[in-house]
Amino acid sequence: MLLISCPYCGPRDEHEFAYGHEGHIARPTLEQQQTMTDAEWADYLFMRKNPKGVHFERWVHARGCRQWFNVARHTVTHEIIKVYKMGEPAPQLEQK
Amino acid sequence: MKQTYSIFTLVRNALSYHKDWQEAWRSPAPKPEYDVIVIGGGGHGLATAYYLAKEHGITNVAVLEKGWIGGGNTGRNTTIVRSNYLWDESAHLYEHSLKLFEGLTQDLNYNVMFSQRGLMNLAHTQHDMQALRRRVYAIQLNGIDSEILTPEQIKEMVPILDCSTSARYPIMGASLQRRGGVARHDAVAWGFARKADERGVDIIQNCEVTGFKIENGVVKGVETTRGFIGAKKVGIVVAGHSGVLAGMAGFRLPVESHPLQALVSEPIKPILNTVVMSPQVHVYVSQSDKGELVLGAGIDAYTSYAQVGSPFIIENQLNALTDLFPCFGRLRMLRQWGGIVDTCPDASPIIGKTPVENLFLNCGWGTGGFKATPGSGNVFAHTIARGEPHPLAVPFALERFSTGYLIDEHGAAGVAH
Ligand SMILES: Cc1cc2nc3c(=O)[nH]c(=O)nc-3n(C[C@H](O)[C@H](O)[C@H](O)COP(=O)(O)OP(=O)(O)OC[C@H]3O[C@@H](n4cnc5c(N)ncnc54)[C@H](O)[C@@H]3O)c2cc1C
Ligand SMILES: [Zn+2]
Repeated sequence: MLLISCPYCGPRDEHEFAYGHEGHIARPTLEQQQTMTDAEWADYLFMRKNPKGVHFERWVHARGCRQWFNVARHTVTHEIIKVYKMGEPAPQLEQK
Repeated sequence: MKQTYSIFTLVRNALSYHKDWQEAWRSPAPKPEYDVIVIGGGGHGLATAYYLAKEHGITNVAVLEKGWIGGGNTGRNTTIVRSNYLWDESAHLYEHSLKLFEGLTQDLNYNVMFSQRGLMNLAHTQHDMQALRRRVYAIQLNGIDSEILTPEQIKEMVPILDCSTSARYPIMGASLQRRGGVARHDAVAWGFARKADERGVDIIQNCEVTGFKIENGVVKGVETTRGFIGAKKVGIVVAGHSGVLAGMAGFRLPVESHPLQALVSEPIKPILNTVVMSPQVHVYVSQSDKGELVLGAGIDAYTSYAQVGSPFIIENQLNALTDLFPCFGRLRMLRQWGGIVDTCPDASPIIGKTPVENLFLNCGWGTGGFKATPGSGNVFAHTIARGEPHPLAVPFALERFSTGYLIDEHGAAGVAH
């Protein structure tokens, strides 16, 4: 069970949140979409980093303020290293 | 030549207090080069090596396992075996595997304790019943055994199920695959290991692959904790770690790794002689030969490599179990554990080539690949040996994520494993 600090409401039990999977995946712009190949679409839609280590991912405070935000979490220790708002770039972290 | 296992060898060895049994497989030092290296000593990797040797005459093969064989999901699953999948592609693949399971104990001369005690899927609502009928008819059209049971028939098979209309989750019917059941997971790994070893395959434990040697897009070998090992062809069969290995080879996969948990109760007298699943209530349970109830839980939402899941998942699981079987309410649970499963967006596996030449991939079995162990190894061995996918594996290529030819088996694999 994780204790997640919503940037808007503070620390809350994992039960209040829903997982949003890998973050920082930019949706192709309308212009890019005109020329994208099937392989590029597959890359955007399905391919994931799935790292063993720090994962930059999205969560939503579904049973709270309903805001989306980003979390840097370690996928072996489950340690939440950093919580940051939507739109902010992934933080530079020392390799864990 | 390997000693065969039989009543006679058992008696003969009893006379010498079981001190003279031959080792089941050797523990050789790695050779400098192999024709084929299989990464991952789970059931699927060991089966791959076995069929490479048996059906394709390729015996200069190594299975590299970072821990001990069968220590991954193979030794952590709830051992349910069935082939009641909706789509033709999956039905044929899993049925191929079920058929191999039916002859596996004889083929391997190793008792995998395959028990075809039947497998029941409960329906609790009108919609469940409609979906169930569609599934059963699709399965029958593929020539696979499947039937629909009435509540009366269910009650006869599983008297402890409350089939009255006042039950918390009323039971309106069920599907039954009589040829489904359970098998001994460790025995499947050990049986394949022993027979592969007999045919010359080197099984190398405590040997973790840490990188690939790739020249001009062609794989030449693997870096390991026991040094570099050359190979003409390499197969990745590492379940939860597929993304990590793909990363080493420079590509990504449509796979996410999640913890999946299971637990067993204290042993009790025989009470459940089939496998009962309820996708709606989220229960799948059977009783082991030792008398323990074996039940699986759900996955954690987030990705993880920790081989432990959250306690609240277990709590939910026990709530669901006692909703369906109030009589289990006072049972104590003995052990609980987790494995890391490799889930795909369409809940179907990936078998075939990769962007790197001579590097092959078998993964994405997620929460339900134990049943596929012999079939998966069989078609993957063919794919590696010929350099072209086995006909049953063709639809499961990585390319399906670009072509859009997804094989959505969430209905067959979402809760049921
Ligand atoms: C709790 C649970 C319940 C399940 N229940 C069922 C069920 O009822 N029915 C069913 O059909 N399926 C079930 N499954 C799924 C099933 O267990 C798996 O799909 C199947 O066992 C996968 O087999 P495998 O050989 O591919 O993987 P594993 O057995 O996980 O083998 C992969 C091996 O690769 C090794 N490895 C990883 N990285 C490296 C490396 N870098 N170098 C060398 N080796 C490496 C690992 O140590 C591991 O031994 C369940 C899974 C779990 C966790
Ligand atoms: Zn909030």
